[in-house]
Amino acid sequence: MQYVTSKKRQEKLGNIAVYAILLLGAFIIMLPVAWMFSTALKDSGSVFLFPPDWIPNPVRWDNFGKAIAAIPFWQFLQNTLTITLFAVIGQVCSAALVGFGFARLDFPGRNILFLLVLSTMMLPGIVTTVPVFMMFKSLGWINTFLPLIVPSYFGGRAYYIFVMRQFFMSTPLELDEAARIDGCGTFKIFLHILVPLAKPALLTVGILNFMNHWSDFMGPLIYLNDTAKYTLSLGLNLFRGMYQTDWNLLMAATILVMIPSVILFFLAQKQFVQGIVVSGVKG
Amino acid sequence: MVSKLIDGVQGKARRRQRLFKSLEGYLYISPWLIGFLVFTAIPLLSSIWISMTEWNLFSSPTFVGTDNYTKLWSDPLFWQALKVTGKYVLASVPLRLVIGFSIAVLLNNKLPGMGFFRTIFYLPNVTSGVAVSLLWLWIFNPEFGVLNAILAKVGIAGPAWLLSETWALPAIVITSLWTVGGSMIIYLAGLQGIPSQLYEAVDIDGGSWFSKLTNVTIPMMTPIIFYNLIMGIINSFQVFTDAYIMTNGGPHNATLFYVLYLYKNAFQYFEMGYASALAWVLFLLILAFTILVFKSSSLWVYYESEVKKG
Repeated sequence: MQYVTSKKRQEKLGNIAVYAILLLGAFIIMLPVAWMFSTALKDSGSVFLFPPDWIPNPVRWDNFGKAIAAIPFWQFLQNTLTITLFAVIGQVCSAALVGFGFARLDFPGRNILFLLVLSTMMLPGIVTTVPVFMMFKSLGWINTFLPLIVPSYFGGRAYYIFVMRQFFMSTPLELDEAARIDGCGTFKIFLHILVPLAKPALLTVGILNFMNHWSDFMGPLIYLNDTAKYTLSLGLNLFRGMYQTDWNLLMAATILVMIPSVILFFLAQKQFVQGIVVSGVKG
Repeated sequence: MVSKLIDGVQGKARRRQRLFKSLEGYLYISPWLIGFLVFTAIPLLSSIWISMTEWNLFSSPTFVGTDNYTKLWSDPLFWQALKVTGKYVLASVPLRLVIGFSIAVLLNNKLPGMGFFRTIFYLPNVTSGVAVSLLWLWIFNPEFGVLNAILAKVGIAGPAWLLSETWALPAIVITSLWTVGGSMIIYLAGLQGIPSQLYEAVDIDGGSWFSKLTNVTIPMMTPIIFYNLIMGIINSFQVFTDAYIMTNGGPHNATLFYVLYLYKNAFQYFEMGYASALAWVLFLLILAFTILVFKSSSLWVYYESEVKKG
């Protein structure tokens, strides 16, 4: 009897320890976020107080408006959305087609080619950056959105092909066979049977890819020269160069850039986590 | 005779059907096939050639043989970049592994509120790039940043962080730890897949939580640790945005990350040949590390199927 109670007590102590460590960890993780909001709402004078005040006084909500007015924010937003939207459409369509091909169709060399897909996942992107840049330059595509969009239509990142292929592998083959007996062609089966089933996987690919393009920095940095064509990432960097010591405005701008991703994350947390998990656990 | 003829016709039809099926397969994967050739295979091969030229983008390339590679060998900045990146990989990859794994083990307790904590720990991964770099640039501000304010409260005079040759690299490592939740999520999914009977067996033997960890959890998780290790190494070798935004390689090249140096050569000095030589060396280095980890995996990665077969 005594053994049982001591074991229970031990368990309780263990749980308290777990909560204590997790709370401390969560506190450390959230501290930068709190600091970001605190700074963003301060007036210019109180940013440079040491030790700093955590609660801004006065609270300057208009910092967000000022940050937006300081750079062509709406133009950058429009550029970012244009690139992101067209790239995501291409990525979702091509990943679905290719993933379907690898999962459902039989052709010589399929396994070797799929191995090639997997190995490109591990290929460091920087290795091909220079020659790909040269190629786009000879096409006259520098300072256009095309180098940031077009590759998505040709498979894009191998990782998304992998996610789609894994999904199609897990859907029952009987559906295809039944449709084939009814006289459906392959494309009809793909479009009318598998794509509707694959909505969650397509959403996962779309959301993860949206995040990639939204926060991409090196791509736009290499390919876009005119300020009028800048994305939000480049705009934030530009803003930093112009308002080096206006940390309150800089943090306000940073929050504005982060917000869409955070909202999307909370709206689609499940798809998010699933997409990331597919790679590690099943791969 | 007739039956032979029918066989022949049927065989032909079947062969044609098989050919059609193959072509159809290639058609579906053709976006990737074209993309692989145009954006990966051909660039990869042509970068070998570019690395043997002097090419500044504005004139036509001149062939210089292995000059870029010998130049690289005697370039102190190349060695500096290698050293910085190597130190970063050695610090960041194990730290991320241990911290990410530990948090995942804690979150795997069936207690209320774990979903909330999971969201909090994952949240920094949602935002990345310039925004995160700028935030940490401000946190590390030596005069008005929050980190030194907190350190001052406990009586420590904080260093100049990103402005200090000693502390700039550790600061970037700390920044990388903020997004540790990404690998945590993968570990957590793996932990949830461990059959509970294995833990019950340890319970029956009267084992402690520690023996559960070392005898069940860690062995069962080795395939996922292996995956995270490989991807962690590959990604850590390619740090760019943090270095570009937070220090631009300074002070005194103390944070001259390899990819930053490569970027500067290619897109600021327009030394396309030299940059390609740098890229190939990096590629071979990452490949060597990856192969090393793969080779070592037979010693420490445990696959369930091995046991089932054995």
